[in-house]
Amino acid sequence: MTAELIHRLHFAFTITFHYLFPQLTMGLALLIVVLKSVALKTGSEQWDRAARFWGRIFGINFVFGVVTGIPMEFEFGTNWARFSQLSGGVIGQPLAMEGVFSFFLESAFLGLFLYGEKRISKWMHWFSAVMVFVGSWISGFFIIVTDAWMQHPVSYGRLPNGQFEVLSFWHLLLNPWGLLQYAHNMTGAVVTGSFVMSAVGAFYLLDRRMMDYARIFLKVGVIAGLVASVLIIFPTGDLHGKYVARNQPAAMAGMEGLFKTEDGAGMVLIGQPNEETGQIDNPIVVSDALSFLIYGTTKAEVKGLDQIPRDQWPTALPLLFYAYHIMAGLGTWFVLLMIVSAFLLWRRRLYQSRWVLWALLLSFPLPYIANTAGWMTAELGRQPWLIYGLMRTSEGYSNTVSASNGLFTLLGFMGLYSLLGLLFTVLIYREISNGPESKSAPAAMAHAE
Amino acid sequence: MMGLVWFWLVAVMIVGYVVLDGFDLGVGVLHLFLPRTEPERRTMLASIGPVWDGNEVWLLAGGGTLYFAFPLLYASAFSGFYLPLMIVLWLLILRGISLELRNHIEVGVWRALLDGVFGVASALLTIFFGAALANVLRGVPLQADGYFFLPLWTNWQPGPNPGILDWYTVIGGLLALVALTLHGALWLSIKTSHRLAQRARGIVNPLWLLLAALTVVSLVATIAVRPESLNNYYSFPATFVVPVGVIVSLAGIWLLNRKAQPVKAFLCSCFYLFFMLAGACWGLYPTLLPATTGADRDITLTRAISGPHTLAVGLVWWGFGMALAIGYVVFVYSKFRGKVDLNAGGH
Repeated sequence: MTAELIHRLHFAFTITFHYLFPQLTMGLALLIVVLKSVALKTGSEQWDRAARFWGRIFGINFVFGVVTGIPMEFEFGTNWARFSQLSGGVIGQPLAMEGVFSFFLESAFLGLFLYGEKRISKWMHWFSAVMVFVGSWISGFFIIVTDAWMQHPVSYGRLPNGQFEVLSFWHLLLNPWGLLQYAHNMTGAVVTGSFVMSAVGAFYLLDRRMMDYARIFLKVGVIAGLVASVLIIFPTGDLHGKYVARNQPAAMAGMEGLFKTEDGAGMVLIGQPNEETGQIDNPIVVSDALSFLIYGTTKAEVKGLDQIPRDQWPTALPLLFYAYHIMAGLGTWFVLLMIVSAFLLWRRRLYQSRWVLWALLLSFPLPYIANTAGWMTAELGRQPWLIYGLMRTSEGYSNTVSASNGLFTLLGFMGLYSLLGLLFTVLIYREISNGPESKSAPAAMAHAE
Repeated sequence: MMGLVWFWLVAVMIVGYVVLDGFDLGVGVLHLFLPRTEPERRTMLASIGPVWDGNEVWLLAGGGTLYFAFPLLYASAFSGFYLPLMIVLWLLILRGISLELRNHIEVGVWRALLDGVFGVASALLTIFFGAALANVLRGVPLQADGYFFLPLWTNWQPGPNPGILDWYTVIGGLLALVALTLHGALWLSIKTSHRLAQRARGIVNPLWLLLAALTVVSLVATIAVRPESLNNYYSFPATFVVPVGVIVSLAGIWLLNRKAQPVKAFLCSCFYLFFMLAGACWGLYPTLLPATTGADRDITLTRAISGPHTLAVGLVWWGFGMALAIGYVVFVYSKFRGKVDLNAGGH
């Protein structure tokens, strides 16, 4: 195995595992604000307990997010040194800003939210929840700004020593690619949060306990889930996709498996891209659909891979194709499930509809898969570039760190993260078993997020 | 000028991290042997519970600041110290998770195991951080392109081809272990009461004697390993105030702890850490990472600094953001001020 591949896998593995946690905390942060707001307005102790329960789940996720997040900032330097040396002046800024503007805010107010309830007023406790939400969403913003610059570099100059420099700070922050990606990504986090909340509600109802809380969770989860599942397709996914097609035609062609440029290109629903023959094996195609989705007319020309030099094709073509199709397919399922659930909720029949409750329960892992597949689509689509059009991935990794040193630490992370995954599952299982009414140990005693 | 400003801003972030997360780590080390009962253990953990995560943010924010202000240094040092940094990451993960998990698990054996992991990870972290700083002061075998890769150890000598660990960096690690354990003991004597606080105060004395000895040894060793460290001091004799500050704050720790004034003793410990780190930075300036392979290969301020526009823009948001951040820190510490009370709930 080459050092380049090891360093790619190193980053890919650690960031994929890491993002399992923030996608839930960012989504939940919004839903906790909703729970706290209702509690504050109505004075309902039940909604307050519901908020505390999700606060505990949030707290566990937050710690796992923090400890798996620290390696991410280090890995820019440890595994991608040549990239960092040239791009630090640009993307080091949003990364440092994340720490300065978001983490201090988030950690301070999370401490107050989780352990300070008795030391502050009700209003202040609500405010802490809002600040945790704001902090976590700012954090997401700066990460997206970083990635967006690699996807779609804007407003940069080069110094005599080859380093990139920011020309306009505001253009860096307001990169149109980043704004679209941010909207799409944060909606994805709300999908995860609302599906997890609905699933816990469905679990309690099916298990015939904590019924009052289950109804709160389902009400909030399904309404938020419906809104987010629609928004993630239209307009955020739609606009983001159009922007990709215009600015990264190779990525779009790879995502759609479009080998030949076509007027009135069809959309492949299912199939297997065959890089050798340059076609899709066993396809099911909706004719003209792709042209329509990208350009709004069934006749428009869509650039295929045949117009792109072979050395600029995405390097993992089938993986890109599958990742994109899994994301889009699951997105469709989310909308269907949430429309049915919301309809039943409105007709007051959701809580008795066991089949739908089972579907909600079993669907909780799917947003995690969809979010991961979405990120794989973005990052694989950018290949073979590290900074699109400017720096190849093969030029960015640390060449002083040999493949076997990289493999050693990659295996170390895999082992440690397996252990973390196991511990996380045990902790969350216990919280859900204890339920919102338990004055379980963590809330009452010295706690340590 | 910009270079000078950013050099000291990064130094401030490092000092902030060491002073704040330093007492968390020290409490972690003491957690191995100071408490005798379960409530005492919980009291110790509760003294850092609401703040350790915020304290760790200084490391992240400092790393990010280093990344954009001195990209070459960040790239070279992080890839060159690859193996020890990965170990540091694993230790940070183990520390955070064991601390978190401990409060969710009631079974005695598991708790004992997690207590052990937490304490050992904290102790190893202090040693690694101290050794890391000593590596920077000693220098590394930089190639012409500004990169290097260090094995964990070679012949334990700080020559032209050193390892991460040699006798000099081991002294640095021990110094950090003792200094931060002492720092943690002073924190505990503020935040706890009764027997635990007495024991914390009691352990300060032997730790202090060790620290005073190690401080002297490390200063002599640093001058022996890199005599250039004194150049700045001779050029600007007024800056000998820094080593004087080290001595004064050390004396202050001893005296104020004896007079049972834990807050002031803790502040002296903060100043001790500040003066030690500031003194080390001043000894390096304007070099950021010395080369053991010839001074022409040193990574210097002018060589590593980012573009002028990047730095100018950075100064604006950095100043604004850090002012906000310090506001939150003060706010949180004031909300959780006073002794830990396990019955107060939440804290």
